[in-house]
Amino acid sequence: MMTTSETTPSVADFPADYPSTGSLSISEDRTLDDGSHLITLNMGPQHPSTHGVLRVILKLDGEVIVDCDPVIGYLHRGVEKLGESHRYAQVVPWTDRTDYVAAPLNNLGCVMAFEKLCDLRAPERAEYWRVIMAELSRIASHLVWLGTHALDIGALSMSLYCFRERELILDIFEAFCGARLTTNMMEIGGFSRPIPPALPGMIRDFLKIFPERMKEYAGLLDANPIWLARTKGVGVITQEAALSYSLTGACLRGSGINYDIRKAMPYLVYDRLDFEVPLGTYGDVFDRYLVRMEEMRQTIKIITQALDHVEKMDTPLMAYESAYVIPPHKGTMTTAEDMQRHFVWVIKGFSPPVGEAYVGIEHSKGELGYYVVSDGSSLPYRFRVRSPDFVNLGVLPHLAQGAMLADVVALIGTIDIVLGSVDR
Amino acid sequence: MDEPIWLKFIVAFVIMNVLLVGMAYMTYFERKVLAAFQDRMGPTRTGPKGLLQPLADGAKLLGKEDLIPGSADKWVFFFAPLVVFVTAITSVAVIPFGTSFDVAGQTINMTIADLNIGALFVLAISSVGVYGIILGAWASSNRYSLLGGLRAAAQVVSYEIILGLSLVGIFILTGSLNLGDIVAEQSRTLSIGPFEISNWFILSQPLAFVLFLIAAVAETNRAPFDLPEAETELVSGFHTEYSAFRFSFYFLGEYIAMIVMSLFASTLFLGGTDGPGSDSHVLLGILWLLLKTILFLFFYVWLRATLPRFRYDQLMGIAWKVLLPLVLLNIVVTAAVRLAVNS
Repeated sequence: MMTTSETTPSVADFPADYPSTGSLSISEDRTLDDGSHLITLNMGPQHPSTHGVLRVILKLDGEVIVDCDPVIGYLHRGVEKLGESHRYAQVVPWTDRTDYVAAPLNNLGCVMAFEKLCDLRAPERAEYWRVIMAELSRIASHLVWLGTHALDIGALSMSLYCFRERELILDIFEAFCGARLTTNMMEIGGFSRPIPPALPGMIRDFLKIFPERMKEYAGLLDANPIWLARTKGVGVITQEAALSYSLTGACLRGSGINYDIRKAMPYLVYDRLDFEVPLGTYGDVFDRYLVRMEEMRQTIKIITQALDHVEKMDTPLMAYESAYVIPPHKGTMTTAEDMQRHFVWVIKGFSPPVGEAYVGIEHSKGELGYYVVSDGSSLPYRFRVRSPDFVNLGVLPHLAQGAMLADVVALIGTIDIVLGSVDR
Repeated sequence: MDEPIWLKFIVAFVIMNVLLVGMAYMTYFERKVLAAFQDRMGPTRTGPKGLLQPLADGAKLLGKEDLIPGSADKWVFFFAPLVVFVTAITSVAVIPFGTSFDVAGQTINMTIADLNIGALFVLAISSVGVYGIILGAWASSNRYSLLGGLRAAAQVVSYEIILGLSLVGIFILTGSLNLGDIVAEQSRTLSIGPFEISNWFILSQPLAFVLFLIAAVAETNRAPFDLPEAETELVSGFHTEYSAFRFSFYFLGEYIAMIVMSLFASTLFLGGTDGPGSDSHVLLGILWLLLKTILFLFFYVWLRATLPRFRYDQLMGIAWKVLLPLVLLNIVVTAAVRLAVNS
């Protein structure tokens, strides 16, 4: 059963630097001054550790990277255009599918932008629950980052440990809204469904387990000489570079710049919660690792405070008094009027006043911004997503210059990208 | 050494088959142990407790399509996996599985080839193995493979020096390169005060043992030194283009090399077949050797489950800047002690 792939195009059929688009900076074969030839290595879009369908074209001098050119767009779904062709409430589920490891955070930014457009604010109790869910989502996202980042550097077991704990968070999401990954959890105006009675207990259990597990992760990596050798001094982002590449999130704070939207421009109830923003010193891969690890610990603090506070509250979860909020589900199964009102709202949607709104929230990866323009119709006129990892990814060529081939996967990991969010 | 040649063939045949089955179950062992480390189940579905999984894997690999890249150098591509496999399995010939015993009037020597330079033979053969990796990598006409091959060449050459030099202390103490002699030397019992201990070389050569262990992991391309096939960087490294049973020859070669290295380490440092009762019962000696080997294999899996991967330059730096001075120091100290004791 011996066959060869002679009929299909092979590597030899293409010139060594066959470009996929006309705009690549790496296109022609290059020779260094000392006469040595560079080889071009096409990493991805099918590659085990480009975190999805990122394609990175590398010019290598042996194992040292001379040039690096990330190519994106392999997961472009046109979320912004889809957002302009759906009614406001129908846009929210699309945001789940951008950064699919932190869906509640995406939802949160989107509904907050819509609420700002309608000049509406969710009730206080709903805001606390939003904080809890968003912060749980931040931990879930950081766990995926930690697991895959460590796996890229070769620490095989970390990924399984991290996904084990992420499972607990997904169970909480499932108990809360029925979905685990693409949750569509946040609604315009708050939460229309009651909080399941078992939920606070589940979250408390998680809060009890997780700090212990965090110690295990830190024990495996913090003092591991190989981990230190692979991360310390690698991928250094100076403060100037971090600002000029307009990085946000841990990529920015790892370089020691204190900018966390939760502190700088507090939204929801973050100004009432006590937490600290961890900062790095050198801006290398290890600093960003420490920053994200500490963020998870601070997040535990936030969730504990918010839960303590919200458990005592018995106020409404939904701003039903507003005209832009879906009518109550109550009665939809028993009275014709309630059912009709509900039905009409779902079919026709609502039309916010003419205007525009931008909301930026502190996503697990940086500043996630939603910009909406309303022309007074029931569809957004413009729906723009500023995704943090798309902007952060821009620093990759800068970091990769002069690094080793093995560092590229560490660098991709440390920027923390999800291609669904990069390509949108 | 006066046994008939057909008897040699039978012994070699038995040992080779045991080794192949051992290799198959090494994969099962690795998956189960790794699963235990990672809070998983491992294979459970094929047969009781997943025990038939290695056979299912083998059957699957046999049934896969055998792809050869159009631009590959076909003969070298065909030949390279065999080099890895054959060299890995050849080196087991000099491992002593016990002393000789008599069955039906025939004396069976439990070492297939009782060479007087047995230790050197294992080192020599294992360095031939890397040719299989380099040739296969080059013949694939794939850049990931090429980089993997380059890494393998540099890595194996560097760590072979450490591997060879770490054994010099043992050769000085034993005065022989024959593995049987080395085991015999370790079977002696030393009395230190009220205690009676075996003269295992792990006790007299602890530094050499650690260095040998590190070099052996690097020599077999296993985590954290698995750079030639670093799957998160080079997709699959030197065997990216290999599929079906060609791939499994590499796979077999790697696992057999692991088993051979573990046997070799048990023989050199843990007394080989030496253990309670091994003097009177040959089978008990084999059991001891197996237990020691499994200990090393567990260590291999343990490393894989725990440690991240080194970077290429760090790997080289460790070999030349850290391990080499240490191994030379070990030789000098051992030689000096030996001289002092003798005179």
